[in-house]
Amino acid sequence: MHFKARAAEAAADRALQAKLGTAKGLFVEGRKRAVAEIDLEATREASKAIRNTCIADLDLWLERFESEATKRGGQVLWARDGAEICRLVTEIARRHGVRKAIKSKSMLSEEAGLNAALEAAGVQPVETDLGEYILQINDNELPSHIIAPAIHKTREEVAELFERVHHRPRKTDIGEMTREAREMLRAHFLSAEMGISGGNFLVAETGSVALVTNEGNGRMVTTLPKVHVVITGVEKVIPTLEDLATLMRILPRSATGQTISNYFSVLTGVKRPEDTDGPEHLYFILVDNGRVDLVGSDFQDMLRCIRCAACMNHCPVYQTIGGHAYGWVYPGPMGSVLTPLFVGLENAIELPHAATLCNQCGVVCPVKIPLPDLMRKLREQQVERGLRPWGERAALKLWAWLARHPGLYALAAKLGVRYLNWLAEGGDRIRVLGLAPSWTAGRDFPAPEGKTFRELYSEKRK
Amino acid sequence: MKDSRDDILGRIRRRLGRSAENAAAGRTAIDAVLARRAQGPRPAPDADLVARFRDRSEALASTVEIVARLEAAPAAAVRYLAAHDLPRAAVAWPQLAGLDWAGAGLRVEARSANGDDLVGITGVFCAVAETGTLVLLSGPETPAASSLLPETHIAVVPASRIVRGMEEAFDLVRAECGELPRAVNFISGPSRTGDIEQTLVLGAHGPYRVHIVLLAAE
Repeated sequence: MHFKARAAEAAADRALQAKLGTAKGLFVEGRKRAVAEIDLEATREASKAIRNTCIADLDLWLERFESEATKRGGQVLWARDGAEICRLVTEIARRHGVRKAIKSKSMLSEEAGLNAALEAAGVQPVETDLGEYILQINDNELPSHIIAPAIHKTREEVAELFERVHHRPRKTDIGEMTREAREMLRAHFLSAEMGISGGNFLVAETGSVALVTNEGNGRMVTTLPKVHVVITGVEKVIPTLEDLATLMRILPRSATGQTISNYFSVLTGVKRPEDTDGPEHLYFILVDNGRVDLVGSDFQDMLRCIRCAACMNHCPVYQTIGGHAYGWVYPGPMGSVLTPLFVGLENAIELPHAATLCNQCGVVCPVKIPLPDLMRKLREQQVERGLRPWGERAALKLWAWLARHPGLYALAAKLGVRYLNWLAEGGDRIRVLGLAPSWTAGRDFPAPEGKTFRELYSEKRK
Repeated sequence: MKDSRDDILGRIRRRLGRSAENAAAGRTAIDAVLARRAQGPRPAPDADLVARFRDRSEALASTVEIVARLEAAPAAAVRYLAAHDLPRAAVAWPQLAGLDWAGAGLRVEARSANGDDLVGITGVFCAVAETGTLVLLSGPETPAASSLLPETHIAVVPASRIVRGMEEAFDLVRAECGELPRAVNFISGPSRTGDIEQTLVLGAHGPYRVHIVLLAAE
């Protein structure tokens, strides 16, 4: 099913509309309150500069991170694509005799389809973020938001799911359902041999990974098992702990409207000999999967993204269709840019058009990514590569030809106006546009009034 | 097959136009950035850091009781547990083992927490006034699980350890520890989730309650 069909289905789903409406209110209002506490523009500018500093010398920053992390007992591995992530993680699991892996939310694991690979290797993957857990036990459903993955589910759906999977009496209270999930997951936390997490930032100064969560699952995953595997994109490196402090002023505010997330951990190296907790083995998997091709390209700005989700929370298109319609891991404006770049322009032909270019996303982006400009560039590339549908290309060619022949253009415009007036039957609205009926399926088309511009212009000059 | 590391770094270098000369200059620039440790824009500091810390903590759904000295912490902990009808048994950081917990009527084991412990008592390395955040470092005397696994977390916070922002907290870690410990945990209130219908629930995987015993004279 293509984007348009999925989007149409989602737009007609009233229950989904209600859920998206609630979330929009919470995230948009929350962000507005939280960013009022800081000098927003100065912090955005500083955050952008921090991210740009690292991307401008990405190779050198990665080498520095690697050497600092290695010095402190971490092992730094590199993966070109999702298949390589899967191979590395299953190898690590085999080496340490892992049978169960607990996971804190990692979008790269979604990019790689890691859970299926782990299962095939005889390792049970357990998602521990409540939203991700709900989706996993519902037959590995896909997330529809990068920070609120189960945003499309109602409490009734979750209650029904828990009853079916947990074999416990049905709960209706959200607090009780959360407790039930906590109890189910606690046993996994205590028995897993491996923890897999993403990383919000990699700190070059100290070779650390910074991890932000609210539920505490990120801390569990990185504290209890004997092996911790961090999977992050190569672009996540930042210079110093001071830079981390700056970015942490804007990330939670942009994401959930929180001044600070509940848990924010800076993890450096393995368990010290005298420590009672912490992993004995720490692996970093630094991933390309399409990111390297953005370095030095027209789309380099996209590498600044800190995955806060403010762009989708504020996007009128996302607010209407939700995340599943976008078809891959990343929804909303950042997904409309990233997905075509990662999976191929020809495989996500509609996404750069899944926007009104209203620039809400650009205005709220904490690292000032010009998302509408990037979508426009993707559209240009589609045209250059001849990927647009033939009808559209033919129409544009015809228009271009006409525009080079002013006499014919004037005649066509005159006839066009007459035709539209005839369609409007003397009124000011056209109910069905003969040549493009889908345009008027959900709205009227305004009828032209009177004469063409050229006619008026030549009259005035007299 | 080419090594993934060489392949990835090689392609980044090509795309950035890296050469031997500009690599040397680039490394010098990186060293300068790391040495400078430039701070970003920050909110103006509060005149009263303790008051700010308390306000922010309460805004995050933590509770705060102020006592004068460390010796008063066990009685304060018991008052909190009694008021909330919670068990009078806890695990505490080995660092706090010397306090007279038994005298206050609390059975305390000085060890790291396991999945069954209901109350965890910890100190802090420092605390951040700007956000009402506790800063805990992992270590043998200060195990990380104590603030995570139990349903109730009681943190003993000396007022003198309250610093302005995250930047000062990192400075303090550098100054007093040199090297970062395995985990620097910033804790801001009880664990929470909004994953079902975006409804806020306290007590996701970590504590349901965070109670702060603030030591005004320490």
